[in-house]
Amino acid sequence: MSGHESTYTPNSGFEKWLDSRLPIVRLAHDSFVDFPTPKNLNYWYTFGGILAVCLAIQIITGIVLAMHYTATVDEAFASVERIMRDVPFGWLLRYVHAVGASMFFLAVYVHMFRGLYYGSYKAPREVLWLLGCVIFLLMMATAFLGYMLPWGQMSLHGANVIIGLFGAIPLVGEGIQTWLMGGPSIGNQTLQRFFSLHYLLPFMIAGVVILHIWALHVPGNNNPTGVEVKDVEKDTVPFHPYYTVKDGFAIVLFLIIFAGFVFYAPNVLGHADNYIEANPLVTPAHIVPEWYLLPFYAILRAITFDIGPIQAKLLGVIFMFGSIAVLFALPWLDTSKVKSMRYRPVAKQFFLGFVAAALLLGWCGASNPDDPIIPLGEDKLQVSYTTEAGVDGVAVFEAYDDAAAFRSEKLAEGSTASIAIKKASAFRFIHLAQILTAYYFAYFLIILPYLGLRETPKDEPDAIHKAVLGSAHGAAAVPAE
Amino acid sequence: MIFASQPDIQLFRQCCLRKKNVSDSQTASPEAVDEERRDFIHIAAVTATVVGAGAVAYPLVSQMNPAGDTKAASSLEVDTSKIPLGGEIRVLIGGKPFFLRHRTSEEIAAAAGVPLDRLPDPQTDADRLVPLPDGALNPAMLITSGTCTHLGCVPVGPSQGNTGDYGGWYCPCHGSHYDTSGRIRKGPAPKNLAIPNYEYVTPGVVKISL
Ligand code: HEM
Ligand code: FES
Repeated sequence: MSGHESTYTPNSGFEKWLDSRLPIVRLAHDSFVDFPTPKNLNYWYTFGGILAVCLAIQIITGIVLAMHYTATVDEAFASVERIMRDVPFGWLLRYVHAVGASMFFLAVYVHMFRGLYYGSYKAPREVLWLLGCVIFLLMMATAFLGYMLPWGQMSLHGANVIIGLFGAIPLVGEGIQTWLMGGPSIGNQTLQRFFSLHYLLPFMIAGVVILHIWALHVPGNNNPTGVEVKDVEKDTVPFHPYYTVKDGFAIVLFLIIFAGFVFYAPNVLGHADNYIEANPLVTPAHIVPEWYLLPFYAILRAITFDIGPIQAKLLGVIFMFGSIAVLFALPWLDTSKVKSMRYRPVAKQFFLGFVAAALLLGWCGASNPDDPIIPLGEDKLQVSYTTEAGVDGVAVFEAYDDAAAFRSEKLAEGSTASIAIKKASAFRFIHLAQILTAYYFAYFLIILPYLGLRETPKDEPDAIHKAVLGSAHGAAAVPAE
Repeated sequence: MIFASQPDIQLFRQCCLRKKNVSDSQTASPEAVDEERRDFIHIAAVTATVVGAGAVAYPLVSQMNPAGDTKAASSLEVDTSKIPLGGEIRVLIGGKPFFLRHRTSEEIAAAAGVPLDRLPDPQTDADRLVPLPDGALNPAMLITSGTCTHLGCVPVGPSQGNTGDYGGWYCPCHGSHYDTSGRIRKGPAPKNLAIPNYEYVTPGVVKISL
């Protein structure tokens, strides 16, 4: 914390010499050894450390993969297969990198929900939160760029859909699209720039992570009570050994799950179509992004209506980017003075609803929007025909035989006739996605601003140490969550 | 005068810098002297830096635009005489797909016979053809873009064994049906399959450009 005096004492002559020239050991000591940390951090707080490990894993495996990878459309797919089959331990490195991307997002989502629940975005941690949002954006960009590199069917067609989104922007859209692709379509030049940027962005992430930790170390950690540290002696413990050990333990558990995926199910989180080499003439039947982008994809597709002069396509793009932009505005949207949702009984319900909405949006993103969730009736067969005189008609049948007989009859009369399935009305994924999208935005733009003014919070504990020792008055006696 | 004492500076100011208000310059800090001239230097320096930064950024941004060879590879001559009746071929130009379809007389009749008011994007079949060198239309040969106007998938057609409800193409991504003139008939796509820029070089060879 900013007010905290440095407790580092250089021991050896060399350390003293270095300390008066570049106090880097002091910086590390004050940041990660003797850093005063609230006593009551729970396991949700270990995900910061887990994320640092994830970034290191991606950078290390990525750099070695780049030693074998070839970024040209003719060779990219084969070079990845060569990594899988011929390069010593190449299969391991690639699976760690591919699974690692998923684990990275898993951790970042837990980390962000943690922040939402404990109100970690509120004063004095707004900048910390904003930097976190920047990291999240950079991560999405990096993963999107990386997914292009194996040059499989999903790589190409997924990227096509995403770049196509820019085409929805009026006037400049097409120009931006051509500029991004470097040609009329995604080609060799696109793959090469994607590789270059995929290499660059993780290091930019690392830079922002440093700012993020700096911004963390000025006010110090938030904690599950949301009450600020008042007495460093009583409320905090040094980071080392207390949290190095706690974080270390969580990292080990996390790596066990990570290894479980790498060794037993390396491809479950991916898509089989990406093991087919990219072919611009064949589109996969079902284009889906990686699981971690699905909720945003669902929001994009949920907008099927125009509002005023804005067409559905552009509106979908606006909503998708808006769903991330709203995170940046969050510190100024939530009006409640109480940070932790432990003491906000109503907000807590809405928060749980928000988590459920985010997960269900993921489900919608993975599904065909027109598939029914709850069918309201049976599908029927519809024969449409046009008689020679130009009169149109339709007839609906339950059984195929009847429909086919009717069609033959009409054809024999000289009409044109065709059979199509007439879908029964149903509650479809698109409807669910629309409801959830509405809730997603309402949570940030209506519920949090309004609730902060209206909700009666429970009593917060007076101080962290009282909450920990259970000797505080009022709500502090509530068992820790 | 290596170490100018305070009075020396004052004297220098008074005699050498023609300041409007001498008494003012005596009390003001050195920064306040010649404020307009300093402002001018600041503005000029910042402007020059910004223009310089812009000049450096321009090529860095522009390099991502299509390169000369990419642009050059943007047209193709295709021999249409080998396309079987009722079949199609698909070509890529600059990575973009195009369909060339040799339509049967039934398909041509179906395309020509649809009343315009039944089309979401009304266009006659003849509007979607380009005349031969002699000025006549060649309805047997339909040439369209192969990019679905919804979100850019490549629809399937006769070569994949699925021509949709209207006998033309079907986009499996979100279920758009195109007719034998490549016009949208059903599904989320808003527009007909685009007609590319092309011309008949000879009756059997077309030149398609992006
Ligand atoms: C934020 C950190 C990173 C993330 C989230 C990330 C994500 C990804 C993803 C999702 C893929 C596709 C994996 C697949 O399906 O095969 C990929 C591939 C790749 N990445 Fe990264 N990456 C990161 C950092 C790096 C770094 C620092 C490098 C260094 C050059 C790198 C080099 C590569 C290479 C060469 C490939 C292609 C080989 C392959 O497909 O496995 N990555 N990355
Ligand atoms: S891209 Fe063809 S229907 Fe959506």
